[in-house]
Amino acid sequence: MAGSSRPFGRRPALWPVTISFRQYIVYIALVLIVIAFSVILRDHGFLSWNNIAAIGRQAAPIAVMAVGMTFALAAAEIDLSVGSTVGISSLVAANVLVLYGFTAGVAAALAVGILIGLFNGIVTVKVRIPSFIVTLGTLGIVAGIARNMNNLQSVPIRHDLFSSAFGTGSVGPLTSLFIWTLIALGIGHFAMRHLRFGRHTLATGADREAARAVGINTDRIRIKVLVISATAAAFAGVLLASRLAVGRHNLGENDLLTVIAAVVIGGTNLFGGRASVPGAVAGAILMATLNNGLILMGLDAADQFIARGVIIIVAVALSMRERRDA
Amino acid sequence: MSADHRIGTPAPPLAAGPAVGNDTVAGARRADEPALAASRISKTFGALQALSEVSIELRYGRATALLGDNGAGKSTLVKCIAGMYQPDSGTISIDGRTERIATPDTARALGIETVHQSLAMIDTLDVVENLFLNREYTRGGRPGAWLGLLDRKRMRAECEETLSRLDIRIPSLRRAAEALSGGQRQAVAIGRAVAWGQRIVLLDEPAAALGVEQTERVLDLIRNLRENGVAVLLITHDLERVTEVCDDVVVLRQGRKTAEAPMDRVSKDDLVAFITGASSTTGLR
Repeated sequence: MAGSSRPFGRRPALWPVTISFRQYIVYIALVLIVIAFSVILRDHGFLSWNNIAAIGRQAAPIAVMAVGMTFALAAAEIDLSVGSTVGISSLVAANVLVLYGFTAGVAAALAVGILIGLFNGIVTVKVRIPSFIVTLGTLGIVAGIARNMNNLQSVPIRHDLFSSAFGTGSVGPLTSLFIWTLIALGIGHFAMRHLRFGRHTLATGADREAARAVGINTDRIRIKVLVISATAAAFAGVLLASRLAVGRHNLGENDLLTVIAAVVIGGTNLFGGRASVPGAVAGAILMATLNNGLILMGLDAADQFIARGVIIIVAVALSMRERRDA
Repeated sequence: MSADHRIGTPAPPLAAGPAVGNDTVAGARRADEPALAASRISKTFGALQALSEVSIELRYGRATALLGDNGAGKSTLVKCIAGMYQPDSGTISIDGRTERIATPDTARALGIETVHQSLAMIDTLDVVENLFLNREYTRGGRPGAWLGLLDRKRMRAECEETLSRLDIRIPSLRRAAEALSGGQRQAVAIGRAVAWGQRIVLLDEPAAALGVEQTERVLDLIRNLRENGVAVLLITHDLERVTEVCDDVVVLRQGRKTAEAPMDRVSKDDLVAFITGASSTTGLR
């Protein structure tokens, strides 16, 4: 084999594995922010156990949504309807729970997510409208339905099993929210890294024509990722409803920007082909930490919106810069 | 997918015949019957008639050159055969059986491998992942296959083996395709088609933008395929070299077939004349 000629290829590189700055930026940023807040907010109990637990509670639903959104972005799709999916799922869970019990309540909420995802996916693929537009439409439609469902009223949840299973309960030292987040992370990471589906999702997102040329059913992949994203959002709705003991049409209303920021800063390319599920979860923790720190510093909701917007732009700018360098 | 169907069965440097379906292939490989017969294929894009009633036959163990100027319809024809486009009319038959090639996946299942001009490499996946894209080996038995649990070790080992057998050298198989040079990308794309191509291989300008030495290697790969009984269709603009590797030639001009002949019956000047439209014949046979 070792012929004298070198028909293809050049001298082997000394450092064959390209280390990607973008892949690690979220972890570096998280450490830096925790250090910064620990110093700045040392008198405000930033590092107290209660505050850390509060950050965790806030991060959990965002992390679950971020895992789902990672698949959508990996396939070069986007799901803007997650915000209203959370709300309707919490309402459906609350309503069905009262009438038919625990299993039915959870199943109904997840089924709503699957249906929304199927609608998004099928319209995107079959009618050939960008998912950006379809899910923007769905965002409005679903928000409207949720508002009508109980006439804008909140539906209180008094169900011990439901509350402990998804919100306030714990197994040993681990809260149920934490466990569900770990499960979402585990399934998402495994599917992205070790299953054929993950490779095909990335291929579809990187170059849809090329993926089609090797026989990948890109339509089916695109529908699946939108179903995954909506189902994850519906599950986030279940988590929120459980923790807050209420179903409400506007739960998750403001989470879209946070979720996308978490995913993108976690190393997933906004335009497909590259994805990191652990990065998205770290991104969710980062966003929750930031949010928490900013509140402790006395910033109000408006300032936080601005902070989130800036983070998205900076994160995307960084990933674009790296792409040009490559 | 065919988990027990090894990539590129050929013996050094190329394998001879597939491990699976050997009998059907052998049975079908009668010299008189074309491996692939596309007949009266037409395709329009809006007002543009890209192909009108083009017929072409590929035979096992022969390489056919598909020549023509830019826009003559060569790539369109290849895409119709590869399942990327649906022809408006016409039929395609494999081993004498008419097939509807609805998707690229169907084409692959029928034993048609294609190297598109775009190469169809995924930039963000590594070399192994690209070589096995949509043909991944799975582990964990039936549940693993159902889940699509990737057998990375096996794919990596076979990728190494295949590339070295084809004498394609890539510094690191873990590298994303975007980190490869243009020649390396092309080599991997061709290697993929050659490794999996057991019956019919379509190559759309495989040597475009390659250096002299690399072009030579591509031509070697084509010769090898032919010697191993594969039916090859080669699109190229390189009239010098095409006469060396191809047995037959088909020329398209403005979506029509203007010439079809055994390669040894035509001169390079003839080919130029057919391509530019200075002369036309289909009767040289």
